[in-house]
Amino acid sequence: MVRFIIRRLLGMIAVLFAVSVLAFLIFNVIPNSDPAQRMAGRNSTPQLVASINEEWGFNEPLPQQYLTMMGNILGGDVVSYANRENVDERIVEGIPATFSLCIGAAVLWLSFGILFGYLSAVRAGGWLDRMLTVVAVTGISIPVFWLAAILLNYLSYQAGLFPSGGYVGLTEEPLEWAYHLLLPWITLAVLQIGFYSRVLRSNMLDAMGEDYVRTARAKGLSERRVMTRHVLRNSLIPIVTLLGLDVGVLLGGAILVEALFNLNGIGQYGYESLKGLVLPPIMAIVVFGAFFVVLFNALADIAYAFLDPRVKLGSSPG
Amino acid sequence: MAEEPQPAATGAPRVGAGPWSVALRRLRRNRFALASLGLFALIVLFSLAAPLWAVHVAHTGPNTTHTLAKVEVDGEKREVVDPTGKPTGPLWLGAGGRFFLGADGSLGRDEMVRLMYGGRASLFISLIAALITTAVGAVLGLLAGYFRGWPDTLISRTLDVIWAFPVLLLAIALGLVLAVGGLQIGPVTIPSGSIWIPIMIIGVVFVTYTARPVRGEVLSLREKEFVEAAVAQGAGPVRVMSGELLPNLWSTIIVFFTINVANSMLLESALSFLGVGVQPPDASWGTMIASGSNLIKSAPLLTILPGAMILLTVLSLNVLGDGLRDALDPKSKLRLEVHTGLVEADGTPV
Repeated sequence: MVRFIIRRLLGMIAVLFAVSVLAFLIFNVIPNSDPAQRMAGRNSTPQLVASINEEWGFNEPLPQQYLTMMGNILGGDVVSYANRENVDERIVEGIPATFSLCIGAAVLWLSFGILFGYLSAVRAGGWLDRMLTVVAVTGISIPVFWLAAILLNYLSYQAGLFPSGGYVGLTEEPLEWAYHLLLPWITLAVLQIGFYSRVLRSNMLDAMGEDYVRTARAKGLSERRVMTRHVLRNSLIPIVTLLGLDVGVLLGGAILVEALFNLNGIGQYGYESLKGLVLPPIMAIVVFGAFFVVLFNALADIAYAFLDPRVKLGSSPG
Repeated sequence: MAEEPQPAATGAPRVGAGPWSVALRRLRRNRFALASLGLFALIVLFSLAAPLWAVHVAHTGPNTTHTLAKVEVDGEKREVVDPTGKPTGPLWLGAGGRFFLGADGSLGRDEMVRLMYGGRASLFISLIAALITTAVGAVLGLLAGYFRGWPDTLISRTLDVIWAFPVLLLAIALGLVLAVGGLQIGPVTIPSGSIWIPIMIIGVVFVTYTARPVRGEVLSLREKEFVEAAVAQGAGPVRVMSGELLPNLWSTIIVFFTINVANSMLLESALSFLGVGVQPPDASWGTMIASGSNLIKSAPLLTILPGAMILLTVLSLNVLGDGLRDALDPKSKLRLEVHTGLVEADGTPV
């Protein structure tokens, strides 16, 4: 177990290193992204560009620049080219919005995903199953940004039922917080509800054919008890894994939803930095996002091993 | 292999009631899958008919502007774009098919023509990108699973990096870089704004989602007796992979291709919506949503229509993929979760 965790940690660090190098390289091959030129503005003089190059170290060899930047990111001193704000502080500011968005949406999609999946499996083949299947597959097929635009138009601009975006702190006004986040939550959750309910349904259908279910029935347990205690419980294991991974991915920033609802979280910050080709925040956000992906990947593996004794750790390194 | 003729290396269907004809029979019984196949075919036809509609009915091209033009509706002249910049709504057949769905904004381009040409771009990008993803993913998965050892380590770790990179961030980053400067690899130059740029981005980003499950399946297949028998007969790695393993992977690959097309279409639309996919003035359903959403309060149809086309296409592909999976391998555990790459084909977590 300890060996597995150590190997896993080393793998995580290696992947994070590679991800940051990749991000750095992508942005150093952009032909017209010379940051000194951009900072100097339209009326730049060669002297100004040279002094900016000197000040920010753009003249140094790329590996040196990379090391300096990573050192700054990890040390909390990284400063954006755009307006010299501290990137790490800006990311920390974005955390409440991004985390509220993902965790709330995760609660929503988990509850409805399990409910729909359970009903679908219990009534497999019936009209309820068919209806829920249509709902689920439609949910999987919707372009998220399109759904956001339509919900915003009809529910907030036209009907005035919801605010048109923005983030209100949880500790400031809890009710406004939830009210402002309701549409973003729904938007993010729709796709996942479809996805989770389909996965749960197929897991439950597989489980229903297992011997332990027949044993439970033979013991004379009620159908409901067999379904919830035996079938559902065992089918939830892969859902736990999925949840960990999805939340990990989202914590790095739900770019589209954050930008459309103007939540000003990490994803929106990343998107704005991408548009301005400002490297320091992009690097920091990529590393931040990749960290959560890798972390939750590892956590999901460990959780899986605890929940399912048949899994032997060490079979899937990295 | 000496007694029973194996399918050709390309996986051509066997004669008689082989696995392929059995699968086809099963697919024919699945009404949902057939209906979605029909729907997808209709959408493809709709997009292919774009030049016909443009030339014979609308008499205009997808990028032709009509800012100051007037059309005659029931003998009455009407402005395509009114002085406030608001485009005309759907005229249906009022102007003989011109501006059937209205104009697309202050530029006064024909929405119907753009919707059809946009479909061509969106379908072309997602089909080719999915082809690249599936082919590269299958080959990498095959190599990693067959050779194990260092090739597996090399391929799997590289895929891990792409996997850990936030997908949309990676795609946007590549899109920005390439949309600005184009791409030059040796003698091949792809100019900025080319449709091949989103194709390549999507192709790269999704490779890992196909390669991982294929690798898992190969890992279990290579331990089977028929592989051992082939090796005992002196078959080399190439022969084993193409003649023994690949034919057993076809059903997985076909299902993945379908789902990859669906996912590529969603990613293409997101990239184009963010301005790093298909470049204006060219139309794709994603760029049309982007330009339409600016006018959503006055002309919601301009947002709804392209999005609905994406929804219908992706929906039909997802249902078809489900049906294909049931038909090709009904006992398979390869269900939705495998398409995320979270679970190996044999059901263990990645």
